[in-house]
Amino acid sequence: MNGELKELKLTINGKPYELKVKPQALLVDVLRKNLRLTGTKQGCLTSSCGACTIVIDGKAVKSCSILALQANGHEVTTIEGLADGDKLHPIQEAFIEHGAVECGFCTPGRVMSAKALLDENPNPTREEIREAMQSNLCADEGYVKYIEAVEIVVKKTQGGS
Amino acid sequence: MSKYSVIGTRVHRVDGPEKVTGNAKYTFDLVLPGMLYGKVLRSPHPHAKILKIDTRKAKRLIGVKAVITGKDTLGRKQGIWRRFPELCDEEILCREKVRYIGDPVAAVAAIDEDTAEEALDLIEVEYEPLPAVFDPLEAIKEEAPQVHDGVELNINVTRHIEWGDVDEAFKKCDHIREDQYKLCSQAHVCMETHDAVVSYDYGGKMTVWTSTQSSYYIQRLMADMTGLREGDIRVIKPTTGGGFGSKFELDSAQFCAAILSMKLCKPVKIVLNREEEFTATKRRTPMYYFLKLGAKKDGTLLAKEVRVITEGGAYTAMGATALYLTGFFSSFPYKYPNYRFDGYRAYTNTATTSAMRGFGAPQSTFVGESQLDMMAEDLGIDPIEIRRKNGMTPNYEVPGQAYIQSCGLHQCLDKIDAHIKERGKLPPNHGIGVSAYGFMSGGIFNWFDTPYAFSAAIVRINIDGKVDLFTGACEIGQGSDTTLSMICAEELGVKLEDIRIHAADTGICPVDLGAWGSRTTLMNGNAVKMAAADAKRQLLEFAAAKMGPNIVYDFDIKDQWIHLADRPERGISYFDIVKEAIRGKDGETIIGRGHYTPHRKGMISPAYSFGVQAAEVAVDPETGRYKLVNVTTAHESGTVINPVGIEGQLEGAIMMAGGYGYCEDQPMDEGKILNPSIADYKLIRSLDMPETEILEIDTYEPEGPFGAKEAGEGLTNPTAGAIGNAVYKAVGVRINDLPITPEKVLRALKEKQKKSK
Repeated sequence: MNGELKELKLTINGKPYELKVKPQALLVDVLRKNLRLTGTKQGCLTSSCGACTIVIDGKAVKSCSILALQANGHEVTTIEGLADGDKLHPIQEAFIEHGAVECGFCTPGRVMSAKALLDENPNPTREEIREAMQSNLCADEGYVKYIEAVEIVVKKTQGGS
Repeated sequence: MSKYSVIGTRVHRVDGPEKVTGNAKYTFDLVLPGMLYGKVLRSPHPHAKILKIDTRKAKRLIGVKAVITGKDTLGRKQGIWRRFPELCDEEILCREKVRYIGDPVAAVAAIDEDTAEEALDLIEVEYEPLPAVFDPLEAIKEEAPQVHDGVELNINVTRHIEWGDVDEAFKKCDHIREDQYKLCSQAHVCMETHDAVVSYDYGGKMTVWTSTQSSYYIQRLMADMTGLREGDIRVIKPTTGGGFGSKFELDSAQFCAAILSMKLCKPVKIVLNREEEFTATKRRTPMYYFLKLGAKKDGTLLAKEVRVITEGGAYTAMGATALYLTGFFSSFPYKYPNYRFDGYRAYTNTATTSAMRGFGAPQSTFVGESQLDMMAEDLGIDPIEIRRKNGMTPNYEVPGQAYIQSCGLHQCLDKIDAHIKERGKLPPNHGIGVSAYGFMSGGIFNWFDTPYAFSAAIVRINIDGKVDLFTGACEIGQGSDTTLSMICAEELGVKLEDIRIHAADTGICPVDLGAWGSRTTLMNGNAVKMAAADAKRQLLEFAAAKMGPNIVYDFDIKDQWIHLADRPERGISYFDIVKEAIRGKDGETIIGRGHYTPHRKGMISPAYSFGVQAAEVAVDPETGRYKLVNVTTAHESGTVINPVGIEGQLEGAIMMAGGYGYCEDQPMDEGKILNPSIADYKLIRSLDMPETEILEIDTYEPEGPFGAKEAGEGLTNPTAGAIGNAVYKAVGVRINDLPITPEKVLRALKEKQKKSK
């Protein structure tokens, strides 16, 4: 059942990695178990909750929905790659400042969805934010503050540019 | 200048930075050296005798370290209602009989999850299927199969509440309505599923890391079930990904990991997968509701009679409390002079029903507020007016039950009235429905039979002025770490960043009953405030000795400045006094202690919060589909300690309570839940969220810390009722069984058309 280990080369948070993985291993498991990058969460394994969202080549991807080997040669960003040392990413700062955090289990996935959205479209409308976030499920926070936090980032970056 | 420096300010959550960076460590993330991974084998039958379990093949699989069944346990049964042994009915690992699809029968520990999973397939269980019963109305019939031996008519718990003379009062009513409702189940859907890491060592000590709402309950129940002493079990709650009522009973992850670890003296981790989370943990209690309501012509409510039969599922759990509370909250938030409740909880061969956010009150509020709107319509009275006429007021005694001190219900009604008028004339097929509600600030009842104070806290001041706050309160996302740190900082006169909170670790924190029944802000808050006041008093003694003012002066601390209360400019730095005080006490740190147990506050809760919600829907009469356009809530919870926290609680509550009214359900076929995945279980997502607005009403609760009371669960109560009333206003149909799905609306519209032809 385990099969032969296969070679996987990819970039994670700007660093090149070479490792051997089971061909059937999901990317989320390789990130969390092999590499101990436990900031990426996992809530369903059926690609429906969004807690495992990461960014691959600029796109938000649910890391439980692809095999690790499918990420071969690609550029992966996880929640661990966002802060610069102890300086938080503006999205992370906005989440804290606006109180868009409760139990926090879905938070890394949401931050990553927001990052993919803003990298692609730095000036989204509220509706576009809601749409981009619809795959990130949250049981306790009700989405409102979260969407507003992304709007705050948009406003701040516009003010700065 | 505000009376307070910390309370009521918009602070950042103390756990925010760890959570937004993914650095917060959940039980789900924990790995210990030598740790094994466990999996649980569950019954595929709703009701069956276990004839034989053969674990030999599983044990032989390479990588498997242990396989356990009910025979490896002491054979004891657990329950939250510990005062009543007959209600402690759940073995967790079944020995002779399984009672629902998902009941655990065996567990495996192996070197990794895949191996453990593979081993489950090798365990051979021989069952003798028994006739099963799924509906509580069927379960209470003479001929129904018995879920538990010796339990007559499968009636697990009954509750009776009565005051006044109901039968006489109905004779005096001008109008009486009788209505029936059927209320669905709801899953908690915590983002972090139930999980535990348990490490039992050769010295006979056990440590449990687990996602829980009550470290103390888990410690106590684990002691009951394993025979270990309470003090030999340390339960630590790491960062926790949600609870909502699902995580304060001992569960299969915790118990099976513990038994496996005790066999191996190695740490064992068990994480339930999402399907197990849906099918084999507890859920909201489905209920059949029979209501009779009588009023005078002018809308004065004279009598209410309530009969409820709840689907208990296989075990008691906290379902008995849900039954009691749905009975009490059926009288809320109105002054019924005559009231009677009879509730029955029936065992069925379905997954156990128990506590979920609102704890029986979302059910009673939906049915009560729906019926009240119909009563108002029958009498030709405005819905707001009938609520004004009968609504509770401050210092009201619910006869023989409860004493309500602060109550802002009438101000909330005024605000919602103004809001509805402001919305003006609505487009066609739009409607606004209102729903009024109340909820408790923690339960007074002690069926768990703890000998300890309900809440306690310790405050320790270190030489550098930093404060360690120890509390058993469980942060599960609701923000208790932040709120309690704020209360501590305010009382002690220091800044929020001076506080470091240590919570929910039974090895170092005082006992607390946990995060349920909206008890944390009031009960823990009072304990924390008392502990901080105790520490503060010790500092002030030193300050008084050092400054030597006239004896008539009082001292206070604010913003790290110890000063004469009436002459704030005359003072001394908090940090200087801390250093001197510790030196003066021969090096002993300053330690303050606090505790809280409600006394002489009736039978339910020391305080109640109130609110009124208006929901606006837009219905498409062609399809029955409707959209939640706007949900506006006028709400009072005493002094607001943490305004950002309350906003989050409210918005989250609308998502959960809206889901209860609109789309969430757990349909079953012969006891099998048909939608056990997030893909199939419909939840409200960001695109479905309505506009939300909060209208905060000022009240002050004398029993609460700084005047604060509940703000967590009560907000889950009104939404389903408001939606139901709104759909009626929009298109004139009433749906009496939740959830109010487009399909049911369309069917009702067609019925209505047929009748009018």
